[in-house]
Amino acid sequence: MKVAYYPGCALHATAKEYDDSCQLVFKELGVKLQEIPGWICCGATPAHLTSHLLGVALPCKNLILADEMGLDTVIAPCAACFNRLKVADQEVKEDLELKKDVEKVLGRPYSGRVEIKHPLEIIVQDIGLEKVRKMVRRELEGLRVASYYGCLLVRPPEAVGFDDPEDPQSLDNLVTTLGGEALPWAFKTECCGASFSLSETDIVFQLSGEILNEALEAGAECIVVACPLCQSNLDLRQKAIEKRYRKRINLPVLYFSQLLGLALGMNMRELGLLKHMVDPTKLLEKTLA
Amino acid sequence: MKYAIASEKVRRTFAKQIEKISGERISLCYQCGKCSAGCPVAYAMDYLPSQITRFAQLGMVEKLMQSSTIWICASCKTCSVRCPRGIELAKIMDAFRILAKRRGIVPKGQIAPLFDGIFLGSIEKYGRLHEMGLISKLNIASGRPFKDLSLLPIMLRKGKIRFVPEKVNSPREVRNLIRKVEELESK
Repeated sequence: MKVAYYPGCALHATAKEYDDSCQLVFKELGVKLQEIPGWICCGATPAHLTSHLLGVALPCKNLILADEMGLDTVIAPCAACFNRLKVADQEVKEDLELKKDVEKVLGRPYSGRVEIKHPLEIIVQDIGLEKVRKMVRRELEGLRVASYYGCLLVRPPEAVGFDDPEDPQSLDNLVTTLGGEALPWAFKTECCGASFSLSETDIVFQLSGEILNEALEAGAECIVVACPLCQSNLDLRQKAIEKRYRKRINLPVLYFSQLLGLALGMNMRELGLLKHMVDPTKLLEKTLA
Repeated sequence: MKYAIASEKVRRTFAKQIEKISGERISLCYQCGKCSAGCPVAYAMDYLPSQITRFAQLGMVEKLMQSSTIWICASCKTCSVRCPRGIELAKIMDAFRILAKRRGIVPKGQIAPLFDGIFLGSIEKYGRLHEMGLISKLNIASGRPFKDLSLLPIMLRKGKIRFVPEKVNSPREVRNLIRKVEELESK
């Protein structure tokens, strides 16, 4: 199986470990990722808040590039990129006038042939957890995990068409397959503050603080995520949140690809587990021992 | 406080503008308040999302555009999922911001629109986002030059941020794309 790979800007910078762990895990699972040559930023939130057409044209440009590679599927690990690609594709398909404008801007026809998927979708649906289970070399025995999906992976369901928007299960099922314990908790799809990380950081402290607290109350030893913005808000901002709440939280925030990589036998360094602000190594050494 | 409800014509024109950008009809809202109940950032807004929708229905455009609400919306789309009338309110919030930017009405002290502009500037220049450039420019523009500076050493050490921007081979292509969007939209 070969798919086009759209890393997006974050995976080449603050979320390098998400990029590295995805590449390693998919190689092991027998999926060849081919990075889209010359991919550009999807425009993220600022584009769709500034111009509707720009917010659609930027993702479509990347989808056309993927189409030109002759591949029928593109995967985008960043939930924000994934969401923008999905929404743009849906809007262009439903609105002929918009499609015309997008094609005018890009100077090329938009075929809409390329299917957009999140890597989690490929693992849970296309490869299947049965197959993953057979490949597990060491179980994450009893690791108590709060699966955090955030907003853009599951909302709105009409565009993303993946999992349940209020009580999603795919990350939980993956955690269970790897031998961990997926905890029931109420904050799976609450917002972390996302792109306010730099502009309205107080909002991030508030929202991410609530998420971390809830995970702690649920008995979690770590949080697993599928989005670089969620990861950064919960991990990078955790120290400041601890100060604000005058409470020790110390919850490592891991990408699902890192947990899967560990279970498949990869080491912590290559999976970028040393790059997080809240050090997960002690917890994971104990789990894997 | 006295509120002036706009004329039928103003209301219709505004509703049409919103619909053109977002594809959503504000007239469908029957004020149940479910969007406000589920909104994670409602606590930081001056008006609730459902109140903003009501302002829009009544054509109270100035009031709406001067509110902090439209800039505090985090685009998390919880409201869009839960609306019993099937309105994607998050898309309508986008339309409010787009129109406010077009009209040059951005309340002082709102940092989110500064963020948007600097972010898009980076894409225009490099084709991709340069995070370090975004952070330093935003800090200067928002008058908080030392914000997050204490995180810099550890982020550099962990290789999570870079001084040198990553460029696409033909950033000019992206610039042209943005120009063409502007041309089409000014028509």
